[in-house]
Amino acid sequence: MSDMPALPELSEMMERALAEIGAAADLAALDRLRVQYLGKKGRLTGLLKGLGKLPPQRRPAAGQAVNEAKQRLQAAIDARRTALEAAALEARLAAERLDVTLPGRGQSCGGLHPVTQVLMRIEDLFTRAGFEVAEGPEIEDDYHNFEALNIPPDHPARAMHDTFYIDEHLLLRTHTSPVQIRVMQARRPPLRVIAPGRVYRCDSDVTHTPMFHQVEGFMVDEGVSFADLKGLLSDFLQAFFQKSLAVRFRPSYFPFTEPSAEVDIQCVICGGGGCRVCGHSGWLEVMGCGMIHPRVLSEVGIDEERHTGFAFGLGVERLAMLLYGVNDLRLFFENDLRFLEQF
Amino acid sequence: MKFSERWLREWVDPPLDTAALCEQLTMAGLEVEGVAPAAPPFEGVVVGRVLQVEAHPQARRLRVCRVDVGAPEPLTIVCGAANVREGLRAPTARAGARLAGGTRIEAAERRGVLSEGMLCSAAELSLAEAAEGLLELPADAPVGADLREYLQLDDQVIELSLTPNRSDCLSVAGVAREVGVLNRCPVRGVAVEAVAPHGEACVPVSVAAPEVCPRYLGRVVRGVAAGAATPLWMQERLRRSGLRSIHPVVDVTNYVMLELGQPMHAFDLERLAGGIEVRMARSGERLTLLDGQEVELEPDVLVIADASGPLALAGIMGGAGSAVGSETRNVFLESAFFSPAAIAGRARRYGLHTDSSHRFERGVDPELARRAMERATALLLEIAGGQAGPVVEAAAPEALPQRRAVRLRAARIAALLGESIPEGEVEDILRRLGCEVAGEGAGIWRVTPPSSRFDLGIEVDFIEEVARVHGYERLAPQRPRGALVPAAVGEGRARVRRACRLLADRGYREAITYSFVDPALQRLFDSQDRPIALANPLSSDTAVMRTSLWPGLVQALRHNLKRQQRRVRLFEYGKKYLIEDDEIKEFFVLSAAVTGSRWPEQWGLPAQEADFYDLKGDVEALLACARVEGLHFAPEPVHPALHPGQCACLLDEAGRCQGWLGALHPRLLQVLELEQNVLVFELSSPIIEQGRSPVFRELSKFPAVRRDLAVVVSESVPAQAVMEVVKAACGAQLQKLQLFDVYRGKGVDPDKKSLALGLTFQDFSRTLTDEEVEALVKQVLVQLQDRLGATLRE
Repeated sequence: MSDMPALPELSEMMERALAEIGAAADLAALDRLRVQYLGKKGRLTGLLKGLGKLPPQRRPAAGQAVNEAKQRLQAAIDARRTALEAAALEARLAAERLDVTLPGRGQSCGGLHPVTQVLMRIEDLFTRAGFEVAEGPEIEDDYHNFEALNIPPDHPARAMHDTFYIDEHLLLRTHTSPVQIRVMQARRPPLRVIAPGRVYRCDSDVTHTPMFHQVEGFMVDEGVSFADLKGLLSDFLQAFFQKSLAVRFRPSYFPFTEPSAEVDIQCVICGGGGCRVCGHSGWLEVMGCGMIHPRVLSEVGIDEERHTGFAFGLGVERLAMLLYGVNDLRLFFENDLRFLEQF
Repeated sequence: MKFSERWLREWVDPPLDTAALCEQLTMAGLEVEGVAPAAPPFEGVVVGRVLQVEAHPQARRLRVCRVDVGAPEPLTIVCGAANVREGLRAPTARAGARLAGGTRIEAAERRGVLSEGMLCSAAELSLAEAAEGLLELPADAPVGADLREYLQLDDQVIELSLTPNRSDCLSVAGVAREVGVLNRCPVRGVAVEAVAPHGEACVPVSVAAPEVCPRYLGRVVRGVAAGAATPLWMQERLRRSGLRSIHPVVDVTNYVMLELGQPMHAFDLERLAGGIEVRMARSGERLTLLDGQEVELEPDVLVIADASGPLALAGIMGGAGSAVGSETRNVFLESAFFSPAAIAGRARRYGLHTDSSHRFERGVDPELARRAMERATALLLEIAGGQAGPVVEAAAPEALPQRRAVRLRAARIAALLGESIPEGEVEDILRRLGCEVAGEGAGIWRVTPPSSRFDLGIEVDFIEEVARVHGYERLAPQRPRGALVPAAVGEGRARVRRACRLLADRGYREAITYSFVDPALQRLFDSQDRPIALANPLSSDTAVMRTSLWPGLVQALRHNLKRQQRRVRLFEYGKKYLIEDDEIKEFFVLSAAVTGSRWPEQWGLPAQEADFYDLKGDVEALLACARVEGLHFAPEPVHPALHPGQCACLLDEAGRCQGWLGALHPRLLQVLELEQNVLVFELSSPIIEQGRSPVFRELSKFPAVRRDLAVVVSESVPAQAVMEVVKAACGAQLQKLQLFDVYRGKGVDPDKKSLALGLTFQDFSRTLTDEEVEALVKQVLVQLQDRLGATLRE
C-alpha cells in the first residue's frame, strides 16, 4: 500500500488539464479552464475539500500532492497566458501596421516674403549693436525728403530721384533718409537708429521697380567718425552674408553726407573673379554712406561742432538678390507662389 | 563723360595701365562705368590710294579700281561706292584682312572681275553706325600705313559716371588735372595763344542780367570756307566721346567743350539782327530750338536775344533760326559763364538735357571762357580758315562766383576721419588740387579753392578732399563706441512679427504688393473712400494710393490662379493711405486673401473649399496669440465688397471698426472674373500691437464639473447671443463655455437649429456640489427661454 498514489485520480486529471491549457486558443478559454480547475468550485479545489474524507495518515501526502498539482496548473496557466498575450500583441501590431511613407496630414506651412526676411535680418543685426528702429511717413513733404537733407529745389541730385508727386509739397519719399530728419528733430544725441521701409521712384524697367525697400541708419554722438562708419558697415556686411568678405569704401557724393562713400563688397557670386552680376569688376555696390553733413545737423538744431554722426542707406531688394541669388528684381512684387515658396 | 584714353594720356601719362588707371579713378570718386575699345578689332586694313577708276564690264553700278596700298603692285578692287574717284585715299582691306564683324576678305571674282580686296566705309569698320560711301582719308594719309595705327584706333574709351559735385571733371583737362593730383605727375595741357584780331568786325553785347551771366564773350569769325571738313582726328575724338560730327564750326565748339570743359555756342552771323542781348525771357516769348521743338518761355529763363527776339536758351540749346548750317560763312562765337542757379531745372522743364545744360547747371569754371574762346578760334581758323575779329567781353566781376578762403583745422580732420593726416600731406594734397593754402597758426590753414571747383565752400568740403586723395582705403576702420542702454522696446513690433509668423505657420504666404493701385480696381472694393492720387503716375494702373490692401492681394491671387494654382493663401502687412478730415493719414494693416481648398490636397482629409469659418479661425488664432481681447464679430455694418450674409465687422469695446472679415461679394467675383470664392480679412495693426500683456490668475485647486446642453433656438438667433446669455446667467463660476455642435434637420423644426454647449463650472474656494451645478444649469435654461425663446432639446 505504501507506493500507492496518494490520490489515484489526480494524475489523470493533471494530464488532461495540462493538455487543455496547452490547447487553450485564447485568454477567455484559458480563464474558463482556470475557473474549471482552480476556481472556488473547481476540480482541484474539490479534491482539496475532499481530503477530509481520507484517513488521517494519508492526508499529509495527499494534501501535498494536490497543492503541488495546483501550483503546476497555475504555472502552466500563467505561461500560457503570457504566450497568448504575446501572440495577441503580435497580431495587433501586425494589424496596426501603417504605410509610413504616405504623406502626413494637415495644413501646409507658408512663409514670409524674402524682403521681410532680409529686413528682419538687418533689423536684428543692428538692434544687437544697440540701434533702435524708427518709422516715418511714406507720403512725405518736400522739406523732409529734400530741403532738410541739403537738396534745394533744382539741385542736380533731384534729377537722380525720379520723384512721384502728390501735389506741390507732398511726394512719395524717394529714400528713408527723411526719417533721419524726423528723429533728429524730435530727439537729441546720442542717437543710434535704423529706419526701414518702402520708398518710391518714378522708374520701371528690368532693374528698377517703382517701389522698393531701404534701410536708413544713423548714429550721432560726440566723437563719431568715418572710421566708426567703416568699422560698423564692414562688420554688418560680414555678419549679413555670414562670410568673410572684402569690403571697400569709395568716394561718392550725397548732398546730405560729407565725406560720402559708396560701399562695395567683393562679389558674392564669383568671389571677386568677375562675372555678369558684378559687371566683371569683382565688386558689388551695396550701400551709400557718409558723415552727416553739418548743414543737416544745424538744420535740426544739433551743434555740429560738438556732435558728429554718420548715416547710411541700403537697398533691401539688392541685398536679398545677392543673398538668395535672385536674378530679377521684378519677381519680388509679382507675388508668384512658385517664387514665394522658395523662401 | 566719355573720353579717349590716348587723348587723356596726351595731357597726363602716369605709369599705369588702363585697368590700374580706371581702378585709381574709381577709388578717387570718379567712378569708371565702362571701358570699351575705340574700335572693334579688325586687321589687315591699310591706307590705300585710288590710282584709276574704270567702269565694270558687266555691272553698271560697279567700278574697277587700281589701288596703291604701298606694295610693289597696285591691287585691283571692284567697288560700288559712289564717292570712289581717282586720287582718293580710303581704308583698304587687303586679301586676308579680317573686318570688325569677323568677316574675312579674300580675293574673289565680282561679276567676272577678280577683286583683290575691299575699299571700306566707316560703317564697315564700325567707326560709324551708318555711312554713305567710302571713308575719305586726308590727302596726306600715308599710303600703305596700317589704318589702326594711322587713326590711333588701338585706344580705349573710358566712361565715367560722375557725381553732380564734380563738374570740374567734365572735360579731358579736368580728368587730367585729377589724374595728375593722384599720381603726383605733371599735366601737359595744350598751349592756347590769343588769336590776333583781323579788323574790327564785332557784334555789340549787352548783358541785362549780369547777376546770372556775369561774363559773356563774343567774337566774329568771317569767311569760313565753304566745303571745309572737320579733320578726321577731331571727328575720331568726338566719336570716342559719343558725339557725332555735324559741321566744322559746331564740331570745334563741341571739341573745346570736351577738351577744356567750356560749353560754347556758334550763331550764323548773317541771321543776327543787331546786337546781342543776354536777358531774362519775357512772358509769352517763343523760340524754336535746334531740335525743332517750339517752346514758350517764362520770365525765369535766361535767353540770348537780338533785336528780333530770343535766339537761344542760354547755356541749354540754340535756336533753329540762328543756327550754323552748310551755307554759313560768317559766325558769331559765344563763350560765357552762366550761373548754375540760372540754368538748373530749366532744361528739364522743356524736356531737355544737353551737354551744355549738364555742365552749366553743375558749374563751369568762370575763368575758362576766354581761354576757350581763343582755343576755338584757333582751331576754327586752322580747319576752315576765315578771319577773327576782336573778342568782345561783357563782364560783371562782382557777380562772378567768389572764391572764399575757408578755415581748415587739422583737429577737425582727425575728429571727422577718426585719424589724423600728417599736416604736410594735407597741404600737399590741397595745393595739388589747385587750392591756395596759407598757414594760420598751428594746425590751422586758410584754404582758397580753385575757380574750377564749385563744391569747395566749407571746411568739411576740404576734409573730404583730403580723405579722398589720401585714400578712403587707407583710413583704418574702428568699432563705434556708445553708452549701453537697456532701452525699453515697444512690444508692438514683436507682436506684429508674431502675428505674421502665425499666418505663415497656418499656410499663408506673405505678399508685398505695390502701394499704388488701379483706381478702377480700387473703386470695386471701396467706392466710398477718396483715394490719394499721384500727380505723375507711371501708368493708369498705378495711379492712386491704396485705401485697402485687398485690391493688390486679389490681383496677386488672380496672377497665381492664371498660373494653374488652385489654392492661394496670401497675406500682406503694410500701409493704407486715407484722407481723413482733409489730412493724409497712413495706417498699417494686416490683410489676407484666400481661395481654394481648406487643406492642401491630401489623401487623409476631405477636399473642401475654405469658407468663412476657416478664415475666422485664423483671425481668432491671430488675435489670441497677440492677446487681443474685447473684439467682437458683428454682422453689421456690412462692407460693400463683401457678401452681405458672410461679412463680419470687427468692433472694439468702444464700437469702432478695427477690421473686416468675409467672402467677396459674388458680384465682385463676377467682375473680376474669379470662378472660385475668395475670402478676405483686414485688421488694423494697432489692435495687434496693443495686445494685452499676460497677467497671472491663480489656478483653482478644486475640481471642475462639466455639463453639456443642447438647446433649440430660432435660426435668426446668432450663436453669440446664446453664449452671452449663458455667460450672464452663470457668472464667475462658469470657467469655460464651448459651443461644440450645430445641428439642423430631423428632430428640429425647419426654421430652428440646435446648439450644443459644453459648460465647465469651477469655483476657487470650494468644490461645487451637484445641487449648485444643477441650479446654475436650470438658471441658464430659464434665461435662454426668457430671452431667446430657446428650449432644451429632448
